[in-house]
Amino acid sequence: MSKLFPKSANSLPFQILIYLGLVVGIATAGVTYYMTPKYTRVGYAPVQPVPFSHAKHVQEVGLDCRYCHSNVDKSAHSNVPTAQTCMNCHSVIKANSPLLAPIRESYEKGTAVPWVWIHHTPDHAYFNHAVHVNRGVSCVECHGKVNEMDVVTHSQPLSMGFCIECHRNPELRLRDPKDVYNLDSKRLADQGAAGLKTAENFVHDWKVKPPQSCSGCHR
Amino acid sequence: MAHAVDHAVPTPAILREVNPAVLPRAVLVENNRSFSWITEKICGIIEAKTPTWWWVCFSLACFVASFTVAGIIYLVATGVGVWGHANPVNWAWDIVNFVFWIGIGHAGTLISAILCLLRQKWRTSINRAAEAMTIFAVVCAGIFPVFHVGRVWYAWYLFPIPNSNVIWQNFRSPLEWDVFAVSTYGTVSVLFWYIGLLPDLAVLRDRFFAAGNTFRSFLYGLFALGWRGSNRHWSNYEMAYLILAGISTPLVLSVHTIVSFDFAVSLLPGWHTTIFPPYFVAGAIFSGFGMVLTLMLPLRAIYGLQDLITQYHIDCMCKITLATGTIVGYAYGMEFFIAWYSTNPYEGFAFVNRAFGHYAWAYWVMISCNVITPQFFWFKSVRENTSLVWILSIFVNVGMWFERFVIIVTSLARDFLPSSWGYYSPSIVEIFTFFGTFGVFSVLFLLFIRFLPVMPMAELKAVLPQADVHGGRGLNDKH
Repeated sequence: MSKLFPKSANSLPFQILIYLGLVVGIATAGVTYYMTPKYTRVGYAPVQPVPFSHAKHVQEVGLDCRYCHSNVDKSAHSNVPTAQTCMNCHSVIKANSPLLAPIRESYEKGTAVPWVWIHHTPDHAYFNHAVHVNRGVSCVECHGKVNEMDVVTHSQPLSMGFCIECHRNPELRLRDPKDVYNLDSKRLADQGAAGLKTAENFVHDWKVKPPQSCSGCHR
Repeated sequence: MAHAVDHAVPTPAILREVNPAVLPRAVLVENNRSFSWITEKICGIIEAKTPTWWWVCFSLACFVASFTVAGIIYLVATGVGVWGHANPVNWAWDIVNFVFWIGIGHAGTLISAILCLLRQKWRTSINRAAEAMTIFAVVCAGIFPVFHVGRVWYAWYLFPIPNSNVIWQNFRSPLEWDVFAVSTYGTVSVLFWYIGLLPDLAVLRDRFFAAGNTFRSFLYGLFALGWRGSNRHWSNYEMAYLILAGISTPLVLSVHTIVSFDFAVSLLPGWHTTIFPPYFVAGAIFSGFGMVLTLMLPLRAIYGLQDLITQYHIDCMCKITLATGTIVGYAYGMEFFIAWYSTNPYEGFAFVNRAFGHYAWAYWVMISCNVITPQFFWFKSVRENTSLVWILSIFVNVGMWFERFVIIVTSLARDFLPSSWGYYSPSIVEIFTFFGTFGVFSVLFLLFIRFLPVMPMAELKAVLPQADVHGGRGLNDKH
């Protein structure tokens, strides 16, 4: 029988292990980086039908988040305002701006403004806005500094891992409830030892018990 | 002083001469066959032209296996709801079939590991095929829990792999223990089987090379890993084989113990019992030997292997079947006794319901196949009637499937609250999927007997009288 395995084949298992390790390592790193929401979703900033600037409306006009997203603290769903809300001001201010034409059309005909949905909760996950904002989870935790955005951008991965990390240690991310809509405020835990103590007391006293079981979100 | 007196005057021996009883060892290879006869016989199976019966059986097996393939494709495309499970019976045929197939595998591991450590030399004739049976049974068993997951592409969630969802397995769940038990079992079984194959693959490599078939020689040579049969090879081989036997021995007991924990760790009447681990292990070996007999007897007849699988081998297998079957029968009785003795009304109801409730037909099928069938093996005339042994082995297989059905379904269908009682019947998709696994198993087994040596030639030669350096006589015999 001719030699099927030359002497050099003795190192073959070691070589196979190394190559396999390399291939698996590169594949894992690639998938983890390029196929998770950190890469696929963060930075998504579609062009909207109306170039609405959150920065201008919050910083210059001084609107609260809840002026437009009026049900965020009452409902599971945070509503996008109807054209009626816009027209409260824009029937007077810049009433004839061509940029606002879709708003006026929606107001007159009763059709929806075709806003592009950015922060999309998957169908198989349940998320309740009211529960979060009423227990000290600020808008900024998931949506980023919208008050500084001219164009709304997907700033956090909003992956399952992102949710779970907060659900495991809520005290590290909570704010004083009065600061929830102040996107420039600091987390309690970032305000020194006393702040962390306050956050821990808040978690206890307000019974902040974020579910970690599957059925908490996948109902 | 008495001592000194004894020493001075030795008492006469009671017997003039000691004649130890002569217990002849059973002959493991009959008709005084030679080394070369064994090689020719086993390699001849592979080297001969593919027989017609093999093609007929293989086509039939492929056809039957297509039922599993079709059932699985339909399930993946539609959803796990195509199986008949629904509240309250959320575990049914899938888990029954899983436990059934896993149990069958246990005979292979017992033969290869425990009988090896106990130096039961009769194992050599049947261990290769029994180990193959183990691996193929694990393959069939794995199909059911994996596809019961529903979204089968997420089945990897069963393993603790760090992932971007930062979820982790629940290590308190016996289902997670099952994942480790079965995957370890599969891996070790494959390794054990493969290590044992190495010298025989090298024989085939050399024979095909001598016959001029370089392609097959290359393939066998690739898997023989350069085996030359040198002293050092044999020394490493024996050590590796012994270590694997040592690793496999606890697996014979642990795998089915953990499978039984799937039930015993829960609180359901009829499941929550401490007798489950030994009872499941005995049942697994019982069903496994049933399957070994079912497979080996036709193989023996077709290939004329009567000199290698002798009546002594069949006797041994029948006796193990009898012993484990009787343990299983004892466990059935003990379950009833404890249900009565505990005075727990739920436990009592669960067992009365098993025997006389809606599923009584399944219970009595189980009792007749598992308790009555093996008792025939007490009789030498039965053990010597090969056809009868084969038929009885089929009954053992049927009975052990029904045992799992009775345990799983009757307990779930009648739990604590009458408001959540139900009756389960399998859907056609479930029936097809299970039916097809016999085809999957047969396809794999037929490929095995066609392309791999069905018996370990090297080990068989070692049990021949010629292999004994003392010429078959004991060390202390006077020549």
